[in-house]
Amino acid sequence: MIVANRKTLEEILTMLKPYKKILLLGCNECVTVCATGGEREVGVLASEIKLSRAKEGQEIEVREQTLERQCDHEYIDQVRPFVGDYEAILSIACGAGIQYVAEKYRNKVVLPGVNTTFLGVTLEQGVWSERCQGCGECVLHLTGGVCPIARCAKSLLNGPCGGSSNGKCEVDKELECAWQLIVDRLKELNQMDKYEEIIPIKDWTTSRDGGPRKRIREDLRL
Amino acid sequence: MKTKSNIERILESGQLVVTSECGPPRGADAEVIKKKGKLLQGVVDAVNVTDNQTSVVRMSSLSACLILKEMGFDPILQMVCRDRNRIAIQSDILGAAALGINNILCLTGDHQKFGDHPKAKNVFDMDSIQMIHTVKTMRDEGKFLGGEEIKGKPILFIGAAENPFADPFEIRAARLGKKAKAGVQFLQTQCIYNMARFEKWMEMVRDRGLHERVGILAGVTPFKSVGMARYMKNSVPGMDVPDEMIERLKGVAKEKQSEEGIRICVETIQKLKQIPGVRGIHIMAIEWEEKVREIAEAAGLLPRPELA
Repeated sequence: MIVANRKTLEEILTMLKPYKKILLLGCNECVTVCATGGEREVGVLASEIKLSRAKEGQEIEVREQTLERQCDHEYIDQVRPFVGDYEAILSIACGAGIQYVAEKYRNKVVLPGVNTTFLGVTLEQGVWSERCQGCGECVLHLTGGVCPIARCAKSLLNGPCGGSSNGKCEVDKELECAWQLIVDRLKELNQMDKYEEIIPIKDWTTSRDGGPRKRIREDLRL
Repeated sequence: MKTKSNIERILESGQLVVTSECGPPRGADAEVIKKKGKLLQGVVDAVNVTDNQTSVVRMSSLSACLILKEMGFDPILQMVCRDRNRIAIQSDILGAAALGINNILCLTGDHQKFGDHPKAKNVFDMDSIQMIHTVKTMRDEGKFLGGEEIKGKPILFIGAAENPFADPFEIRAARLGKKAKAGVQFLQTQCIYNMARFEKWMEMVRDRGLHERVGILAGVTPFKSVGMARYMKNSVPGMDVPDEMIERLKGVAKEKQSEEGIRICVETIQKLKQIPGVRGIHIMAIEWEEKVREIAEAAGLLPRPELA
């Protein structure tokens, strides 16, 4: 899933300062699962905003709405009948959702209520961890199913740097060294011979470095 | 491909190589480098010039290399993957060769988190093993990574570093094996304090025959005080300082600790000289260059061989 963190209330209130009537948009997908931008969080944030503004004597009207997805236009279209009644939209979907809403309502100010962070998994209740950077050329078959691009602080492809100590990364003693995980897994799979092979310098054109990416499936187009 | 590197020539002669390092200053004053250089004259065969070590901004390695070259040294250009993509790396390789630099040390680089600009974006377009391969391809095949022909090949002796004290320990010799396969010719190790672990690593290196393919220079760093030893033990990533070293320094009066640190360093070198496959000593006296001569002298590493 895409994991996001909510911005601080202070940051959000600063962005909202000029407005008296806003539409607060949540999303039922990833940000609901990571408990940042779903229906529940829309409710909590709306109360916090209204309370803070009331304290300052600057009342604000907040309409709460949570869409099935903010990354598909048919759902974004659901707010079209009343979007004109609001001065600004505060979206707490991921960065893709926020942008798509902005694209669809060109004359509305669209504000981000979250910081989108990574593609990850739920480790346990309330703990999420990064797993993928969407580099566009997967090497997991070579690295025991552990991604060195996303999980090594230096994205090293041929083994751990000199800062790997007791299974931890030099960057943070709480952070697992990706190469320790890779070596452990290769050993479990009896694939240590894979470690001996040099992985050549990566082609980054499939990643963000090649420019914004777009995928077209001709067979699916109408 | 023969280079003009002193390290290559001394390794070939079968004698021990001695190297040390010069950290460039945090400013544009060339005199700082010249002063450090003077302390190393006649003591080392080649001198490493660090590349923004610990991610702290300093004068560029290549500039400081040139200053030392003009003083008659054979500098080793350290280059990290942290700050340059493949375009900048290849460009700097050509520039270094054009300025008469004979040696390059291919390094991953410390994470920027440790330095004075932790908010920087890092690069890591390639890793150190891929950098070794890059230099070798440019030098031996006369080709850029993109496949185009190079007019005027960069003739550099290729080095790397390895840390026998980092984990996972069991792949540390295999990692050197990958570096050898990529084309590395000499290797400098992280500072050695845990002799038992270093000997075990060397055994694994010899089992793979890597000591015959790569000139291994064992790294040492003298302690100035027990405080420094504790700091290295607890705060420097990948450093292995056994408790008995700390105890030994603690056991002498404060004003005698630096002397004791030098003594430990000399004893370490003497032990390292006996280990099969160790072909040289790399003395890293961090901001203590004035002690390198004393250490080399006491360890029987002087005089250095005369090279024509």
